[in-house]
Amino acid sequence: MAELLSQPFSWLNLIIMVSAGVVVLGVVLVFVMYAIYFERKVIGWMQLRNGPNRVGPWGLFQTVADVLKLMIKEDIVPAKADRFLFLIAPIIAYTPAFAIIAVIPFSENVFFADVNVGILYYGALSSISITGILLGGWASNNKYAIMGGMRSVAQMVSYEVPLIMSFLGVVLLTGSLNMKDIVAAQQDGMWFIIPQFLGFVIFLIAGNAELNRTPFDLPEAENELVAGYFVEYSGFRFAFFMLSEYVYIFALSSVMTVMFLGGWDAPFGLTFIPGGVWFALKFLLLVFYLFWARATFPRVKTQQLMGFAWKVLIPLALFNVMITALFKTISQAG
Amino acid sequence: MAVRTEEMLLNVGPQHPSTHGVFRLVVKVDGERITEAIPVVGYLHRGTEKLAEDLTYTQIIPYTDRLDYLSSMTNNYALVQAVETLMDLEIPERAEYLRVLAMELNRVASHLVWWGTNLLDLGAISPFLFAFRDREFIVNMLNELSGARLTFNYMRVGGVKWDAPEGWIKKVEEFVPYMREKLKDYHTLVTGNEIFLARVKNLAIYDDKEAIAYGMTGPVLRGSNVKFDVRKNQPYSIYDRFEFDIPVGETGDVYDRYMVRMNEMEQSLRIIEQAVAQFPEEGEIIAKVPKVIRPPEGEVYTRMESSKGELGVHLVSKKKDKPYRLKLRRPSFVNLQLLPKLLVGRTMADIPAVLGAIDIVLGEVDA
Repeated sequence: MAELLSQPFSWLNLIIMVSAGVVVLGVVLVFVMYAIYFERKVIGWMQLRNGPNRVGPWGLFQTVADVLKLMIKEDIVPAKADRFLFLIAPIIAYTPAFAIIAVIPFSENVFFADVNVGILYYGALSSISITGILLGGWASNNKYAIMGGMRSVAQMVSYEVPLIMSFLGVVLLTGSLNMKDIVAAQQDGMWFIIPQFLGFVIFLIAGNAELNRTPFDLPEAENELVAGYFVEYSGFRFAFFMLSEYVYIFALSSVMTVMFLGGWDAPFGLTFIPGGVWFALKFLLLVFYLFWARATFPRVKTQQLMGFAWKVLIPLALFNVMITALFKTISQAG
Repeated sequence: MAVRTEEMLLNVGPQHPSTHGVFRLVVKVDGERITEAIPVVGYLHRGTEKLAEDLTYTQIIPYTDRLDYLSSMTNNYALVQAVETLMDLEIPERAEYLRVLAMELNRVASHLVWWGTNLLDLGAISPFLFAFRDREFIVNMLNELSGARLTFNYMRVGGVKWDAPEGWIKKVEEFVPYMREKLKDYHTLVTGNEIFLARVKNLAIYDDKEAIAYGMTGPVLRGSNVKFDVRKNQPYSIYDRFEFDIPVGETGDVYDRYMVRMNEMEQSLRIIEQAVAQFPEEGEIIAKVPKVIRPPEGEVYTRMESSKGELGVHLVSKKKDKPYRLKLRRPSFVNLQLLPKLLVGRTMADIPAVLGAIDIVLGEVDA
């Protein structure tokens, strides 16, 4: 795919690129549908329930039916809402989430763009989504939605900092921002979860907060704010907000797999299993963790959340960067 | 340039996921901070007290089911206790034991619902389902006893309506160790959780003086270190025969109220255990009561410890088959009065936590 970008423009290339985009969109949509199914099943089992089991065998088509239902529902715009902003907010929230997927290498050969600043690109794009969420909350002209939007911005802006700082340890060890290089570095040595365990934990917590998921789901806290920033949304615009949440799960788990769990690298020399399978396994483990956390934890409060980010996570992340740099310098000198 | 900010008036409820029914709270918020909170009640008002004036005593019993619908058995008892006191009735042993068993089981069931919903308010979704799994055992047992799962309509003036079916006592006996085991699980899942502790410790503190001044009773009073339980301080029925403790808290925060209720469940299990051991093999389940109940002329106030607090019944009889006046002292309503004071200065996220710790049931608040 990457070489296409450097070629001169032609209609054929455009068609190839657009169709590749459509294929990714399809893959992502299927992932999102089955991630929701997986989540509902996992949480169902943890809560002594069966989860969805009516539509199709084992309820496999439940989420498909849900998505279809959302598509054909009326798209309600509140009379007092800021119509234009209200309409574009879900798109602003969704597009960057989708664009992130372009830089993630799923295996040695399956990737869309081999970008030299892959991780930076991830960090930069994921902050754009906040705009969509804030706009959604503001344009709805609903008090609960504004509070949800406010919380969301405060939370995401704070957690972006430790999230990106936790990258730095890995970047220092590798000397590259390119995701493929990072995996290659882990193939030669060990997975970065071992030397960068602190970074991994910080990334996991900050990432969980970025995703607005339990225990950091304050922006959509059902018991306080009913639904938070998307309380006024219905139909496919609501679906877009949901979609961007799950696409972020997809993106974040993928990035973690690449950065800390060795990407498609096979452990214990089990190389006969293709790298794509390993990637999927590690990735699903992280997704499962997010669902597990959702079934277990209560929600934190705003002050506690912010305090935790600024007083605990950021110093820890800085400490991690410093230690990593120190070791790197010593090992190079010696 | 200074940014102009203004307070926002926010209507929480009556349709809101965590107000536990049709409770409405008008809050003024400055950002997330609450500067004023005004509870609005009455959406579920059915005029039970007035309706009772046109009903015979037996007919009132189903109405009491619908006050605090999570512990209908205790409500049943509150009414029949008042009538029995006025008539000076002797209740058969077996009936007394059946009543105590039903009431204590119901107390556990009520606390389980509180536990589940309060945790749900704090954002933890699983405890709710665990609580309902265990409550189901109790509901099934009470169903076998009374034929209903929620509004039991089980007690009658002079005794109870139905005898325990065969094998019922055995089931209750087996339930006690099961529930003890589950309570341990509950503590492991929730009580030690750091996030949970951070949410409830030192939240909405009031001391014993304030609690008494506001007429609070039940776990919300005991959480502030007041050892008062009608079952102990003014024993009714056969509660003087059982050994049990009154759990109290120390600081009077939400966590203490949580712990009081958790420990109360254990104490209720203790009472159930003893009641099962002492349960008389046979005997009458209802005293000789005239077909039409006409209590002698007079006035009586009786009280009992429901799962929410002191449930009192003030009954005035003019020697008719219907009460002249019936006044219910509903603990949920009284306990709610401190809420506006507790919420001021706290944030939006604390509303469900504080409200949940008071444990109101709107059927009882609005009557």
